[in-house]
Amino acid sequence: MTDASYHTAPIPGSPTDARGALLAADGTPLKAKLRESMRTSRRRAFMLVLPLLLFVLASFVVPILMLLWQGVYNSTYATDMPRSAPIARAWDGTSPPTEAMAEAMVLDLRDAREAKTIGKVATRVNRELSGTRSLFTKSARRAARMEAPFLDALVDVDEDWGKVETWGAIKIAATSLTPAFYAAAVDAKYTATGDFEMRDEERQIHVSLFWKTIWVSGAVMLACLLLGYPIAYLLAHLPMRTSNLLMILVLLPFWTSLLVRTTAWIAMLQSQGVLNDIFVFLGVTGDDQRFSLIYNMTGTLIAMTHILLPFMILPIYSVMRAIPPSHVRAAKSLGATNWTAFWRVYFPATIPGIGAGGLLVFILSIGYYITPALVGGQDGQLISNFIAFHMQRSLNWSLAAALGGILLVIVLVLYWLYDRIVGIDNMKLG
Amino acid sequence: MKLKTFLGAASAVALSASMAYADGHSKKFDFPDLDGEQLTVVSWGGAYTKSQVEAYHKPFIEGTGAKIVSEDYNGGLAEIKAQVEAGNVSWDIVDVELSDAVRACDEGLAEELDMSALPDGMDGTPAMDDFIAGTLDVPCAVPTIVWSTIFAYDSSEMENGPKTIADFFDTEAFPGKRGLRKSPKANLEMALMADGVAADEVYDVLGTDEGVDRAFAKLDTIKDDVVWWEAGAQPPQLLADGEVAMTTAYNGRIFNAVAAEDKPFNIVWDGQVWDLDLWIIPKGAENKEAAMEFLKFSTSTQALADQASWISYGPTRKSSAPLVASYHSKPDLQMGPQMPTAPENFSNALQNDFEFWADNQDELNERFNAWLAN
Repeated sequence: MTDASYHTAPIPGSPTDARGALLAADGTPLKAKLRESMRTSRRRAFMLVLPLLLFVLASFVVPILMLLWQGVYNSTYATDMPRSAPIARAWDGTSPPTEAMAEAMVLDLRDAREAKTIGKVATRVNRELSGTRSLFTKSARRAARMEAPFLDALVDVDEDWGKVETWGAIKIAATSLTPAFYAAAVDAKYTATGDFEMRDEERQIHVSLFWKTIWVSGAVMLACLLLGYPIAYLLAHLPMRTSNLLMILVLLPFWTSLLVRTTAWIAMLQSQGVLNDIFVFLGVTGDDQRFSLIYNMTGTLIAMTHILLPFMILPIYSVMRAIPPSHVRAAKSLGATNWTAFWRVYFPATIPGIGAGGLLVFILSIGYYITPALVGGQDGQLISNFIAFHMQRSLNWSLAAALGGILLVIVLVLYWLYDRIVGIDNMKLG
Repeated sequence: MKLKTFLGAASAVALSASMAYADGHSKKFDFPDLDGEQLTVVSWGGAYTKSQVEAYHKPFIEGTGAKIVSEDYNGGLAEIKAQVEAGNVSWDIVDVELSDAVRACDEGLAEELDMSALPDGMDGTPAMDDFIAGTLDVPCAVPTIVWSTIFAYDSSEMENGPKTIADFFDTEAFPGKRGLRKSPKANLEMALMADGVAADEVYDVLGTDEGVDRAFAKLDTIKDDVVWWEAGAQPPQLLADGEVAMTTAYNGRIFNAVAAEDKPFNIVWDGQVWDLDLWIIPKGAENKEAAMEFLKFSTSTQALADQASWISYGPTRKSSAPLVASYHSKPDLQMGPQMPTAPENFSNALQNDFEFWADNQDELNERFNAWLAN
């Protein structure tokens, strides 16, 4: 109902005010009354979804924001070394270390050793410059006995204390809000003078891995589409009894544990595995020249394609089911060949399903982790495996957060591109 | 080296461990009453956890009435860090590598332990003198075993098997795939030893850029033939499946495949890299007192000696060595010669340098991962 309808068509016999607007039984304008009752029901609806909203906020949005924050903020050093952190931050990054810097350092080292935080601090600095961990722990053990002049006392323990390099690493660690981790995530190094420089060639890894991850996700998506489209077509067009059976074959692996399916592929593809045995039996290859189908990129591609296939088939299938068969018949009756009828009439109608399946498979594979870890060997590892590595092994959570942040941005950019090219309204999940 | 001699004696003593076991625990160790308590003990799984269950858990449960939940993990401090930082520590005692023990202690992730509470050795030696020199230096951790990274091959597939660490990198004389742990640790050391660096100079060389280049260059020579493993249970499986001709492995895992499953595997001890495993109690563990009791019992002379009858990892107490006898189910299989520290196995051995790895692991891991991916 629009505003105009109140004025132009009052119901005969109902109360109206001077301007002719409808009034409720208690004399207030009906419009206000309606708005009020709508507000109550809106509030009730909001209260109903509130638990879910809080749950999503607490378990999804907040952790993601915290993770993104951790990628740029690490206050380990500033918190545990309160005297030396501000001095190191104020230092220009090139002049020789001063006595004031050394004094604050020695006092902090003493406290950190008492408080058992020296290991955390040393690990943080060591991320910037290898070898500083033992420098810190060793010096902290002796800090209690050090006397002025402190710089000489430190250099006595290890001459690294006299080097600008060492203090540069301290300066970077002392700055809590830092681009250092994002720089490391794209194979660059943030220096004490505030510049960025690329790492040594032999230590560069993340950028090429991001590209590889995108490439693998694209390849898996394409393979899923090529394999899944005909299956979806069969499912949608075979007689009910056969297609039900086929549907079970699609869903059965979908319901099977991811780990079970991955390990099954190991049994199938390994060099003493089923597939290679068959090849040898058929004489395709010699017994001592079995194919390497697993623990490499091939294995990752095969296993991921198989595991993600249902995510492609199901959306396409649901779209195909909704296409009236009369469309293709009509095209043919108007003189189209089988191919033209398919390509010009049927295929365009399935694009929403392809879009949904493609996006689903692509986004799932870009964050894929377990399968590459198990069957990827040395060259089938993806960026998510390195995020896991930094979470679980090197305990460099800030770097893991930075890598995760970049991955999130990549997914969002791709989503945006998809929306621009295909249109997200066009997507149909079933 | 003290370590070299102390376990060698083990093979000479033919006292049955299982005989000493029966009266050993009930009389020699004073169990507290822990009825109704529950402990979560975390270790590495497989044959190794089995040896701990048999030698530590079972007698401890019987003696104290406590319940023990045994959990497996894959090493590293990530879970402990997460638990401690969340203030919800469900693990009571954890078996860790030396480098992790040091880090856990430095970063305040583990409780400091009262070493004077450790029981004396069975021969009356005070605990501080009974443990191998230097192994009680970490104030948060008590060592249980000496283990080693070695390489092994299937002797039924190779008649004239490899003898030295250099042979592992010689794919011409010994063709076939190689299994290596997917980590720079131990691999870089072994590569340098294979390249002719003496064991006591390995870390000096590895401390220089040229040394690291040299180690990677050596690894490069077999890179195309490597199958990478991550969990300790994988290498014996890779050997058994014929996936690799030889593989690095933890010596106890290979021993277990030989002793319990009669696999024809041979261990090559040349160029072994040995290390310690230790107990730590995570900071704020729920059952700290009970965990300490468990720790005291499991590092007592008899318990350590008993464990050595289940798996070939050397006990860290000198007083345990004479009690180490034969494999629990095979009286003919003497355990002494199976230990990493037996003199004949120990001639070219290297102790893993945790300080070196604590300093350089970020950089070397990065380089190793970049090397793997390209």
